[in-house]
Amino acid sequence: MSGSCHEPAVAVEAPRAPTITRRIALAGNPNVGKTTLFNLLTGLRQKVANYPGVTVERKSGRLVGHERIEVVDLPGTYSLNPRSIDERVAYEVLVGRMRGEPAPDVVVCVVDATNLERNLYLVSQIMDLGLPVVVALNMMDALAENGLELDVEGLARRLGVPVVPMVARKGQGVDRLKEILLRGVPPPPAERRWMLMPAVASVVEEMAQRLGEEAPDVPERQRFFEALSALTSDPLLETWQQRAPRFYEAALEARRDLEARRVPYRQAEMIGRYGWLSPLVAEVLRKRPDAQERTLSDRIDAVLTHRVAGPLIFFALLLLIFQAIFSWAVPFMDAIEAAVAWTGEQVRAVMPDGFLEDLIVDGAITGVGNVLVFLPQILLLFFFLGLMEDTGYMARVAFIMDRLMRRLGLSGASVVPLLSGYACAVPAIMAARTLDNERDRIITIMVTPLMSCSARLPVYTLFIAAFIPKIPVLGPFDTQGLAMFSLYLLGTGMAFVAAWVLKTFVFKGESAYFVMELPPYRAPQFKQIVYRMIDRAKAFVTRAGKIIFSLSIVIWFLASFPRAELDPELTTARQELETWYAHARDSLETVGAPVAAFEELEATYEERLAPIADAEAARQISQSFIGRLGHALAPMMRPLGFDWKITAGIISSFPAREVIVGTMATIYGVARASDDEIILREVLRADPAYSPLVAVSLLVFYVFALQCMSTLAIARRELGTWKWPAVMWLYMFALAYLFSLFIYQGGRLLGLG
Amino acid sequence: MTTLRDLRPGERGRVTGYVSDQLPPRLFEMGLLPGTEVELIRLAPLGDPIDLKVRGFHLSIRKHEAELILVERL
Repeated sequence: MSGSCHEPAVAVEAPRAPTITRRIALAGNPNVGKTTLFNLLTGLRQKVANYPGVTVERKSGRLVGHERIEVVDLPGTYSLNPRSIDERVAYEVLVGRMRGEPAPDVVVCVVDATNLERNLYLVSQIMDLGLPVVVALNMMDALAENGLELDVEGLARRLGVPVVPMVARKGQGVDRLKEILLRGVPPPPAERRWMLMPAVASVVEEMAQRLGEEAPDVPERQRFFEALSALTSDPLLETWQQRAPRFYEAALEARRDLEARRVPYRQAEMIGRYGWLSPLVAEVLRKRPDAQERTLSDRIDAVLTHRVAGPLIFFALLLLIFQAIFSWAVPFMDAIEAAVAWTGEQVRAVMPDGFLEDLIVDGAITGVGNVLVFLPQILLLFFFLGLMEDTGYMARVAFIMDRLMRRLGLSGASVVPLLSGYACAVPAIMAARTLDNERDRIITIMVTPLMSCSARLPVYTLFIAAFIPKIPVLGPFDTQGLAMFSLYLLGTGMAFVAAWVLKTFVFKGESAYFVMELPPYRAPQFKQIVYRMIDRAKAFVTRAGKIIFSLSIVIWFLASFPRAELDPELTTARQELETWYAHARDSLETVGAPVAAFEELEATYEERLAPIADAEAARQISQSFIGRLGHALAPMMRPLGFDWKITAGIISSFPAREVIVGTMATIYGVARASDDEIILREVLRADPAYSPLVAVSLLVFYVFALQCMSTLAIARRELGTWKWPAVMWLYMFALAYLFSLFIYQGGRLLGLG
Repeated sequence: MTTLRDLRPGERGRVTGYVSDQLPPRLFEMGLLPGTEVELIRLAPLGDPIDLKVRGFHLSIRKHEAELILVERL
């Protein structure tokens, strides 16, 4: 190696992943440790992409030490009779009908050993596809803790597929699994081991034959399963209408026939599979005499879902999370702010004064910095949400809240997307995919953006810090924290009202059914939570990088041009000051004054220059594009108590609400002085255009208004139409305007502000 | 005619059939089939939904569905 390491002698080619020769898919019920196993098998080099045409994440990686073997983590599913989009993806990959994704060569079916019967249901379905299957029997430790013993050999023999006992969270059994995978897994026995009731079986056999004639590309071993699915599931039947119309007709005919004979064909598959699995599990599972009737999980549940304690604990937890986010994050936020200010200074020191320097420092660095500051709070929020999900508490929240949520037109399962909405509406709207009822899903998506997301925090923080005095109330809580909490409460309350309105007037009728597993409580795996936090952080920083960076530059440009005409008075003042300064300097030089005298002069000069520079900056912004727009629209916003400056701020934050903080800083020309972090607060407080009443009106405006391009884009993608996102934007803007109007005018009538 | 809804917390029953054929297939996939033993563990704090123990795991369904499932008390 030569001394210089700036440029390598030979260009290093980016390592290209070798061609895939085998594909392993991980399938399994939700909450069985699938992702933990996936991380163990692939290490940390994972690729997250989307399946074509849908927004479901496709997580893949290469088997550690075997670059040619790809491992894909399928979404969790209870069966191959899909209802949600996530389940649909798992289904389509396994039957080999996902575009651009050949059927896997091997399926690792991850199974919770403490819940064998229901987990094996999916295994038996996958076996019917004829794909080689390995059962990864996870959570063997929990099984032992529950006082149960399992004959693993016997299970494997009876199922006819390899079974590997594991404790994925401790890494136990992974080597054995890899060994089996590398050795090659034979397809499961061709003979079906479960019995379908004869009346249905004969019909399905016939249909399978017809399918073979009409769609010979469906593998022979898969036909029986496909025919059975088409017979019993409407969405799965539909897919054949175009592809195999005679098969489709035959299925409809068969249904009519079975219905006429009163054969319970829709339950036939479940009865058949459980009819095989129940006795099978009874044979291999033994209870030790010391087995306890109530597991630890059951005892925890007795408290956390208790009729009185349950809701109280949930509410206290929410309050704690918020207070924690707003106090624990502070030191980190201060550090980021300092780092951003330092970066700006460094750039200023190197770059020549002028247009480009202003653009980069005031526009780009300050803009991105204003958003990066919220990273600690977002990470904390994702940490808590991850904790709730990982431990199994989130399902209890749905259980506790379902009754209330249903009254409002939502479902208990809507709680997860709604709570995620406190972090960011984009992942929250995506999380609504787990709702398998379309009506519940649309309503949930429509109201999720009312949950105060982290991008609202900058606005809340700035105006609360500036206008709400900090008075301790009780324990860790103070008035500013409570003000923050009430803003969150306001948004959440309105989300409920909006859901109720949508349910009552737009989507009439009963909410869908609610069938939800309450998974056993498990100790959280901090490593997994941290991985997920890092994922989120990356996504957030990329967003800050792309959207906010470019927006900041655009807004800086709109605020800097056209150049304001010079104010003769200010020009004169500046000239006078400069003449005075030059003169004073000269005389100091003549008398040979000490360095301290020069420094004192310099300080006086800067001090006198500041108000002039500020006045010039204010004049500039007032005459800039954004200032003109603010002036033009101010009459519309005046009834809400907003002057042209706030109006300009609001306009600038339509694409992303947090931008207003940067805009206000630019308008008040404090970006330049950003080494003093509280200066914007001080300046706002000093401006007579603001009163606490105006601040409250503005805060409420930001609680309601949908100022986020990303949310609209994701809602469009998830709902497949622009209609709902448009309605979403309009109703939220209307709420924002009306509430701010009401508050400002009402406050004035009461003599406030 | 006893339905799952009529069970009190702590009581066990065995599924004997259904009142309606409009029940969601997911319920059957979760194993709530004729002959299956269930225990009503508790009601949610607001009285609905309910927490059932079926085949060794906890399943939560609403009363609306529970009253469509026929059981015999054990």
